[in-house]
Amino acid sequence: MTTFDHGDIQLDELALDDEIVRRAGVATADVAEYALWLGDDALVLAQQLGWWISRAPELEEDIALGNIALDLLGHARSLLSYAGSASGRTEDDLAYWRGERDFRSSQLVEQPNGDYAHTIVRQLAAAVSMYELYSRLQSSGDATLAAIAAKAVKEVAYHREHCVEWFRRLALGTDESRRRLEIALDHVWPYVGDLFRDEPLIDRLEGIAVRPSSLRPAFDAVIDALAAETGIVFPAADTARGGGRRGWHTEYLSLLLAEMQVLAREHPGATW
Amino acid sequence: MPTLEEQRFDELIAADARVEPRDWMPEGYRKTLVRQISQHAHSEIIGMQPEANWISRAPSLKRKAILMAKVQDEAGHGLYLYSAAQTLGTPRDEMFQALVDGTAKYSSIFNYPTLTWADMGAIGWLVDGAAICNQVPLCRASYGPYGRAMVRICKEESFHQRQGFEILLELMNGTDAQKAMAQDAVDRWYAPSLMMFGPPDGDSPNSQQSMAWNIKRFSNDDLRQRFVDMLVPQAEALGVTLPDPDLRFNEQTGHYDYGQLDWDEFHEVLAGRGPCNGQRLAHRRKAFEDGAWVREAAAAYARTQAQLEKVAS
Repeated sequence: MTTFDHGDIQLDELALDDEIVRRAGVATADVAEYALWLGDDALVLAQQLGWWISRAPELEEDIALGNIALDLLGHARSLLSYAGSASGRTEDDLAYWRGERDFRSSQLVEQPNGDYAHTIVRQLAAAVSMYELYSRLQSSGDATLAAIAAKAVKEVAYHREHCVEWFRRLALGTDESRRRLEIALDHVWPYVGDLFRDEPLIDRLEGIAVRPSSLRPAFDAVIDALAAETGIVFPAADTARGGGRRGWHTEYLSLLLAEMQVLAREHPGATW
Repeated sequence: MPTLEEQRFDELIAADARVEPRDWMPEGYRKTLVRQISQHAHSEIIGMQPEANWISRAPSLKRKAILMAKVQDEAGHGLYLYSAAQTLGTPRDEMFQALVDGTAKYSSIFNYPTLTWADMGAIGWLVDGAAICNQVPLCRASYGPYGRAMVRICKEESFHQRQGFEILLELMNGTDAQKAMAQDAVDRWYAPSLMMFGPPDGDSPNSQQSMAWNIKRFSNDDLRQRFVDMLVPQAEALGVTLPDPDLRFNEQTGHYDYGQLDWDEFHEVLAGRGPCNGQRLAHRRKAFEDGAWVREAAAAYARTQAQLEKVAS
């Protein structure tokens, strides 16, 4: 009996694949700013969904939400790495060393996980809008953004399916699940409008960025169909003042960043 | 006189062949397997928590991605193992309920806290390293579904161990604070990881029978020795000190001698008095209870859909 070979560590095999899209060039300042919009949305959402790993209602959901969070983190890394090319910064410089006012994520993604219904409602708005966005961004005049979008859209299609299915289960499952879903919609849906605000930046990126307001009809069509199918009434999708793309956030983002950044900031200059 | 069924089972074991779910098996064999496989599944599920504790604070996006993937793998291992145990006639819900009720056992290692980022390295290197030593021989366990589940699990575990080693290597090449963090984590996880192989052979009541049934292939002390022999050169490569003043190479045996382990602590933690037993169980129970309304909604929706399809057909 000779064999239980195992656990022997080969130093030359230590490199792990990154699964991120390498940039084709250096971003201009405007393109970098736009990449932050999308990258910060993906990063904040990944941070939020990561919380569910070990806390989900079923083991299968620990895995599903973990997968979605991993995909989003991959998108965030590609986008932040590209954004950083404009100013000589890395993905980690941007993720860990910017303050809350410099984050360009929408107000939707920073809304708290809450119960499972809150997470599913936030995820529904995020995944449906991202799917429409990345579908169009594949034909961007910017080769790196187009490549990132082409990879992301395939993954986001699954994310959309996952949360639409859960939306149906919660809407048509039990009285309790429907009640919780309606509360979650009241809390989360007003922040959806922040995804579709046009900013002056978009005027300068014709043919490169996707105009947020142009996504609204396709988004509404998906939501209207779900409303008709389930009898759920969606509340108005706007607050008086959004502005995540300008660095105006709700109270939740700074706490989320404090937790995410604490260790990196304890060790300036360290590598991990 | 053994029955025909008993003869057939004994022949399978004697030939070192696989026993499959459809085969007759002695009740003790079935019970031993359900106990061992479900405990292993529970360990994977509870074992998610110490590492999930650092997902939100991982110090780089790459490390965050690797850690998320690893904890997610552990949920997957739990699922494979519950499925393997189900083939022996015990439903997953029943096993899971026992875990939530606090009546099921799981590996005592997960009742220790993860205090710093370096613990992610030490867990990968030491805890997953010990798990691999334990688990590679289980790929040849006589019960087919268990052995096959272990093949998949071991492939992923070896990636887990490598990423742990890589975390420590990066820290040991880093700042003084990072080096101190790495050594501190190794100091805390070394002895508990050696105890993962279970009590010394003289004190391990179930081992003999498990070895006779080809479930277990090596004794606790043999595996522990193999693990220590493997660790010493790796610790040297890392530049960390293993916290055992009695650790030294024995020319006669060709193995490393190591000092006494604190088996009182092991039994205390196993009995529920470790640093995090209450916390780990409360976390699992809260997730289970908070998710009850979601599972009920999914079940109700599935029933309605099935009904609708029936009406339609």
